[in-house]
Amino acid sequence: MTTGRPSLPALFTRRGVPLWRDVQVLQWAAQIVSAIIVIGFLAFFASNVLRAAQVRGLSLGYDFLDLTAGFDLPEGIEYTPADSFGRAFLVGLVNTAKVAMVGIVLATILGTITALARLSSNWLVSKIASVYIETVRNIPLLVQLFFWYFAIFQQLPSVQDSITWPGPMYLSQRGLYTVAPVTTESFGTWMAFVAAGIVLALALRSMLLRHQMQTGRDTHYGLVALVVLIGMPLAGWFLVGEVPLVTDDPVMGEFNFTGGLRLTPEFAALLTGLVIYTGAFTAEVVRAGIQAVSRGQFDAARAVGLSSSQTLRLVVLPQALRVIIPPLISQYLNLTKNSSLAIAIGYADVFFIGKTIINQAGRAVPVFSMVMAVYLCASLTTSVVMNIYNRRIQLVER
Amino acid sequence: MKRLSLLVVLLSLLTLILSACGGEAQECPECPECPEAGECPECPECPAVAVVAAGGEILAAVKERGKVVCGSRTDLLGFGYLDEDGLNVGFDIDFCRAVATAVLGDPEAVEFVFLTAAERGPALQTGEIDLLSRNVTWTSSRDAQWGNFTVVLFYDGQGMIVRKDSGATTLDDLDGATVCVTTGTTTELNLADNFRGRGLDFSAVTFEDTASVYSAYEDGRCDAATSDKSQLAAIREGLAVPDDHYIMEVTMSKEPLTPAVPQGDDMWFDIVKTVAYTLINAEELGINSGNVDEMMTNDNPAIKRLLGVEGSFGQEDLGLDVDFAANVIRAVGNYGEIYDRYMGPDGDAFELPRGPNKLWTDGGLIYAPPLR
Repeated sequence: MTTGRPSLPALFTRRGVPLWRDVQVLQWAAQIVSAIIVIGFLAFFASNVLRAAQVRGLSLGYDFLDLTAGFDLPEGIEYTPADSFGRAFLVGLVNTAKVAMVGIVLATILGTITALARLSSNWLVSKIASVYIETVRNIPLLVQLFFWYFAIFQQLPSVQDSITWPGPMYLSQRGLYTVAPVTTESFGTWMAFVAAGIVLALALRSMLLRHQMQTGRDTHYGLVALVVLIGMPLAGWFLVGEVPLVTDDPVMGEFNFTGGLRLTPEFAALLTGLVIYTGAFTAEVVRAGIQAVSRGQFDAARAVGLSSSQTLRLVVLPQALRVIIPPLISQYLNLTKNSSLAIAIGYADVFFIGKTIINQAGRAVPVFSMVMAVYLCASLTTSVVMNIYNRRIQLVER
Repeated sequence: MKRLSLLVVLLSLLTLILSACGGEAQECPECPECPEAGECPECPECPAVAVVAAGGEILAAVKERGKVVCGSRTDLLGFGYLDEDGLNVGFDIDFCRAVATAVLGDPEAVEFVFLTAAERGPALQTGEIDLLSRNVTWTSSRDAQWGNFTVVLFYDGQGMIVRKDSGATTLDDLDGATVCVTTGTTTELNLADNFRGRGLDFSAVTFEDTASVYSAYEDGRCDAATSDKSQLAAIREGLAVPDDHYIMEVTMSKEPLTPAVPQGDDMWFDIVKTVAYTLINAEELGINSGNVDEMMTNDNPAIKRLLGVEGSFGQEDLGLDVDFAANVIRAVGNYGEIYDRYMGPDGDAFELPRGPNKLWTDGGLIYAPPLR
């Protein structure tokens, strides 16, 4: 190349190739240019938002978060209308976290059971699972939430005619009221017994397990650990003197129950909707993962004499998890993001309270930026945690 | 070669953007042009110019579009709802039509945008709508943030609806009750204020959608529901057994329901106010949709002036036809006719005594400056 173009100044050549034909230079240039373009566009949009906000008199500051909110919220952590907008937002944040975390756990359990049912050789069980999956996946979540809230939970008996279950538990369209545990002074001492029980149980389990590995004799390590785990707190309960936990029963007042623990119908409807909807998708993810394990693994497990539950637990699931986890992460993210549909049925999640703040404080841009940041952080956190787990369960390939 | 040309194109594009952005003072000597340009954030006078603009932009835009974009609702009997033929009707809807008739001469020249309580503020702030006529309560902070509130067309107060069998007749009877309310409303705040002020315990169940609020109330999720009394009267009619429900005598707040316009266009603000004053003055002068044509020959100079027969009350300055008032009254009637059409003794929606919404001459609060 250089011999062909001897007249070119050295400045424009590297390794004898003209700069505009040097792949490395071009690639770098393209990277830099696209970065500048992206930054330029972002800056353009940001300045546009600021300008529009200024022209239209929209305030962009976050000072309003300290102002008194003035509206009541149906549920969540300690809050009164005299608290600030910031506190109200925090209530929403906790409510979103609550429904997302409980929802993820329940959806995983439901999804796994459904997947196993669908793969079952029992025709009826397998068909029931398929019908559930196909029905639920093909109806929009919003419609399902309305169904659960208005057609199911609102049709429960009125609070005056609550269904009473032993406990006591009272079920009505105002929700489920039950006893709340209240700690007494001896609670701390009792917690020490609980902690000791857990530590002791873990230690015993690993010791006995090692013994079993060495001698080949069954040491019933699981059973022993369980007895210690339950026995220590039980012993502590009687040893600490005063009972560490007492109950606070819900009492029917003129209009509502007061005291006790309460599960609102809004929360129940949202949770039910999210779990059943996401459970169907999770089931398909789990089924795909199990089916990805080759037939030979089942046969091999059977050949060495493992029972079918041992096959599943020790051979199939560990391999299936490698396939299951990545798509499962996106199902968890979906559940978290879908929880914003709470606004339709009056569950006070972060989006619902955010919109109320926008209306009462008139600050659309700051509040929306906060709500978006919350969902972004929640999604990224879920994603990071699950990715770490994913890396841990990956089999070392040889 | 392909990649090189792409590079050149990208580079020149970037240069364009950068030069446009970095131009600052030199590129942007005339500040009033800034809002369209979008790239001159440093221009100090721009916002000021935009805010104190003499106006006329909205009127020009409306005339070019041929329609007034009016924010309203379809879900409140009496104020904004659908009649048996599926047409948008109601007290608030008729005001939109009155403005459209005044500006464009056609009561049908309205493009309705139906908004929830939570959506209406931002819709007005961003200028998405020309007029917000959706039983909005005028408050000082909304006036500062949302837009300009024109003329109070309906004096309302917040009430409380309860089931008769609950036995509650005053707010104090509702200690510990669950109350359904629409989120993003003044009623939501007044509810908390009233109960806190009286030291009463309550829990609110809030929905964004008004229909959900009353559906939850009727199903029994709440012991009571709260809103403006006019709205409660409308809702009560729609419940399965209206007689099972009772609207308390208490008035929890002042709710002046007022149409509003976007900030920054004084001319449009004046036009909408003038239309409202016209409706009120027409009732005061006895002009209605039935007699408007014979009133043209009436000897009363105030009537002649209002109908555009002689003299002027500023129609030309506002860019309106001389006889716009006559057209408006012919199309939608005067203030009293609009009220009675929906909430009068033989009203389409429900009957609600005019009370404070009588004319000032009859002892009410409805009063308008003279048209001259």
